[in-house]
Amino acid sequence: MKSPVQIIATKELGSFFDSLTAYILIIAFLGFSGFFTWIYGGDIFLRKEADLQVFFSVAKWTLFFFIPALTMKMIAEEKKTGTIELLLTKAVSARQLVMGKFLACLLLVLITLAFTLVYYVSVSQLGNVDHGATWCGYLGLILMSAGYIAIGLFASSLTNNQIVAFLLALFIGIFFHFIFDVLSSSMRGFLGNLFLNLSVNEHVESISRGVIDLRDILYFTSLTLLGLLAAEWLITRKK
Amino acid sequence: MDLKVFSLSKSYGTQKAVDGITFEVKSGEIVGFLGPNGAGKTTTMKMLTQYIEPDGGRIQYGEQTGYSDLDVRRSIGYLAEHNPLYEDMPVMDYLAFCAQLQGVADSDIPGRVRAMIVRCGLDIEKHKKIGELSKGYRQRVGLAQAIIHNPKILILDEPTTGLDPNQIVEIRELIKQLGKEKTVILSTHILPEVEATCDRILIINKGRIVADGTVADLRKQSESRQIIHLSVEGASQDEIFSSLKEVPGVVSVDPIQKSSHKFEIQSNSEEPLNKTLFRLCVQKGWDLLEMTPLETKLEDIFRDLTIK
Repeated sequence: MKSPVQIIATKELGSFFDSLTAYILIIAFLGFSGFFTWIYGGDIFLRKEADLQVFFSVAKWTLFFFIPALTMKMIAEEKKTGTIELLLTKAVSARQLVMGKFLACLLLVLITLAFTLVYYVSVSQLGNVDHGATWCGYLGLILMSAGYIAIGLFASSLTNNQIVAFLLALFIGIFFHFIFDVLSSSMRGFLGNLFLNLSVNEHVESISRGVIDLRDILYFTSLTLLGLLAAEWLITRKK
Repeated sequence: MDLKVFSLSKSYGTQKAVDGITFEVKSGEIVGFLGPNGAGKTTTMKMLTQYIEPDGGRIQYGEQTGYSDLDVRRSIGYLAEHNPLYEDMPVMDYLAFCAQLQGVADSDIPGRVRAMIVRCGLDIEKHKKIGELSKGYRQRVGLAQAIIHNPKILILDEPTTGLDPNQIVEIRELIKQLGKEKTVILSTHILPEVEATCDRILIINKGRIVADGTVADLRKQSESRQIIHLSVEGASQDEIFSSLKEVPGVVSVDPIQKSSHKFEIQSNSEEPLNKTLFRLCVQKGWDLLEMTPLETKLEDIFRDLTIK
């Protein structure tokens, strides 16, 4: 017998593929990141360095926009159509529901990223790649995605309108992705430090330098857990 | 599994949706939940299925009590009010998904899904997506997902809305069959439905239970009331109307059609109303065309109890 988390995750992942969401995401993601990594502007050939730095910085922004598109309907739609009642009157707790949805989104991101391993293989044919730094870069992307998925699920459980959920997730996300970073560079002392530590960018950079610091792991785990717990709380409270 | 409810209550803001209701449903019993819109039927059902947490009171499922108990939920089958379904899932996948969530063993799932498809008459639609189904078939899917894990308690919120008369009969038969071994609670505002399917009726109004008993019990309560349809000729409508009004014990006289001389007369006197009316006709020299005594209908009992 499967656990409810597993059942829900399987179902959601299945519906990503049934509804073409998955294919569109994968194709668009590969298109964007491929274009910037290999063809346009400061691409690999211009830089003449065998690494995936360009890819990682494009992927950070692409995922930032794509993840809210995945998570926006997750809970908002269940609330709108009333199917959440269907789930929560079966042997499923709110926590299992949120975890199932989280895993489905994360798996889809992992599948998408798996396709980009082709870039990695290609680059490693071109020159000496720092393998450690590359894997760390991937780890950074995955941890960042987990955090944004959690934020997205939180936003989705705040409303039953998908568009609102999408914009809300972007709004919350932009602070972590960009604004805290900007603020930290213009401030000194305690505040500057605080904002620097809150910035997703800072922690992703730190990981992709090839050093796995416990603080970075801790940062992403807490961001993710906080988002998921808040989503769970909203689901149980609202009824 | 018996279901016992003790002074259950739930408020939304200052509005009391359910106000301390207590009742008991035994295994093998079908109980109909009746009440006007907004009486608290759905809220009560949502509490019974553990979807919302009661503000006060207690629900006992067999020996177990407690809110948010996943074991309890496995023994409940629930068809929610507007029958929410995943529109983009095929019928069979959806049923399998529901069975999995309710803890049916993996090896039993294909068998259970097939059994439900036969039992709920879904065979010709089984490969379609739920969103493509007509209302009647959607309702069957809703019912199928409620009973797929063979629950001991079945809670159905308006199970026959949107069905055509043939489908209604089928679904009622199905509910009756299920009711032999399960504890069934169904809500409706279709009164003949309660008479046709339920062993017992609970009428609720403004969050309180105002009547609890079999259809026969409730009839007896209001038996002192007599209703007759009377059609006479020989005088103007106004004249007949006012003479009828003066008959002792008559509470109301309603012309059934505007122009005709046909009336519905209600009386609460001890004297049989048909005799009185016949004597009146003789005395006035009217031609008696029709006199039909009516049984007090459930509708009247319902109206009596819920309008006050």
